[in-house]
Amino acid sequence: MQMIKAMPWSARIGLLGVFIFLFSAVFADVLAPYGEREIVGDVWEPSSAKYLMGTDNLGRDLLSRMMYGAQTTIFISAAASVLSFSLGIFLSFLAAVMRGWTDQVLSRLNDLMMAIPTLIFALVVLAALPQELWILVLVMALIDSTRVFRLGRAVAVDIVVMDYVEAARLRGEGRMWIIFREILPNALSPLLAEFGLRFAFAVLFLSSLSFLGLGIQPPEADWGGMVKDNKDGIIFGVPAALIPGGAIAALAISVNLIVDWLLNRTSSLKGGRGDV
Amino acid sequence: MSNANTSPPAGPGPAGGFFSSNPLLALILQRILLGFVLLLAISALLFMGIEFLPGDFAQSYLGQSATPEAVANIRKELGLNAPVHERYLSWLGGVLQGDFGTSWANKASVSEQIGKRLGNTLFLAFWAAVVSVPLAIGLGMIAVHYRNRFIDRLINVVSLGAISLPEFFTGYLLILFFAVNWGVAVFPSTVFADMAFTDRLAAIVLPCATLVLVVLAHMMRMTRAAILNIMSSAYIETAELKGLDAFRIIAKHAAPNAIAPIINVVALNLAYLVVGVVVVEVIFVYPGMGQYLVDAVTIRDMPVVQACGLVFAAVYIILNMIADVLGILANPRLRHPK
Repeated sequence: MQMIKAMPWSARIGLLGVFIFLFSAVFADVLAPYGEREIVGDVWEPSSAKYLMGTDNLGRDLLSRMMYGAQTTIFISAAASVLSFSLGIFLSFLAAVMRGWTDQVLSRLNDLMMAIPTLIFALVVLAALPQELWILVLVMALIDSTRVFRLGRAVAVDIVVMDYVEAARLRGEGRMWIIFREILPNALSPLLAEFGLRFAFAVLFLSSLSFLGLGIQPPEADWGGMVKDNKDGIIFGVPAALIPGGAIAALAISVNLIVDWLLNRTSSLKGGRGDV
Repeated sequence: MSNANTSPPAGPGPAGGFFSSNPLLALILQRILLGFVLLLAISALLFMGIEFLPGDFAQSYLGQSATPEAVANIRKELGLNAPVHERYLSWLGGVLQGDFGTSWANKASVSEQIGKRLGNTLFLAFWAAVVSVPLAIGLGMIAVHYRNRFIDRLINVVSLGAISLPEFFTGYLLILFFAVNWGVAVFPSTVFADMAFTDRLAAIVLPCATLVLVVLAHMMRMTRAAILNIMSSAYIETAELKGLDAFRIIAKHAAPNAIAPIINVVALNLAYLVVGVVVVEVIFVYPGMGQYLVDAVTIRDMPVVQACGLVFAAVYIILNMIADVLGILANPRLRHPK
């Protein structure tokens, strides 16, 4: 409670937004008025007391699908971000601790991967791989981990030269101890903000892929796919496609507001290195 | 990508060769060479990577019920039986001569399609850049001028929101209002070969506006940060104490020193423009490279996917390379060898 009181209003709005989305995702099965794939009315009915957000291109209740979609979108994005973080942080810390050719190989490989635009990379790889959920998560995580690697290495290189790491080395601690017990706790606060950014990016990325028809496959509800399903309605003036699009934007904005606050907080702790 | 900036410039060694007397030129050549090496590595990654991924194209090309004979025939027909390195070299040789092979789906020349569509994509990206770059830099300067006051905060909040908007939200919002409700713009943005220039411009107004909105916020925030960084230096304080008016300080004293970071931001965003164009083209049914790539990925037309991937990567790398070279040129410390 103390922490929430100290927050600026923008971060509170962000927190509230994230909470609402998380809540509706977790309790979708209980809260949703209709089933995920249940056809309940006419095509593209306007919003009414019965269907709060109207119906979609097949006559399914849009509000229910938004809730189930939140489940898919948030869960997959979170899974991809956690995976990319674990991978990126471990490899970047390893590079910072080992130095020498391990660092060179990992860093140059990372440069190479980062030289290919993410969406293009994902499209090419997904063209070659079978369409399965775990492959999608893995591809998203791998591409994203290059960004984590770059930041993680920059942070870790600063920490590796500290006296307490030297002391741990002289004590005879192993590499894994140094990575997880010395570097990780001290790198956590800048990395936490980065995690928020990466998550927001993962939501946008997954939605873009689904929108292009290469992410989550129908009839499973997810926000990007729902934009794709309902986009033809726009020509007839039906704004159904804008609802999932707006939800993606709202979630990304909420996360960004929290990240903004986190970054300001950590940078003011370090004497104001932020805002660059 | 900033390796070239950090490596020490060659000093005037005892050998005293051409490069040591021209450290700037050496840096630039080094950077360009790095770009080409990167491009070559990416072409290999694109080709080999796909080879080593599981899944047989002949199998997926024919579907699940294919007989083994049919699969073998297709493999032979598509030339999949030769060893990987041989196929890579012949593919690369073709690419260097401008031949990207033929599409598996319709047996048409990939190069011909790319020739047509790359022009369309660059046309769209060019106009988006023409609008967004001056706008972003102008807004960034305004934000610095009014820093920490209402206008700056407003620009800050709006741009933070704009960064989070997915292209398809902005795009369909624009279509709904400008094309459907008010009828002032065209949708879909179809262009064809012998279209008048003005018609072509009218067709791309909405996709162009979407792209501008996508990159504008980011570019503006980075411009603001870059100028603000410089505004805290001593010579700016001197200018202020001399009594110069604020816009003169920003335009004459701060901006020239902010050029290198701003060029970097602009190039990064232009690279993003060319790539972000993929989603925008699909939204607006615009016949460019992005649409071509997405269609090819959907039907797993590998020659097209590889070609488009390489072209996009090349544009991206070349833009980044230009940014680095301009950054080196804009740095007066590197211009005069000691």
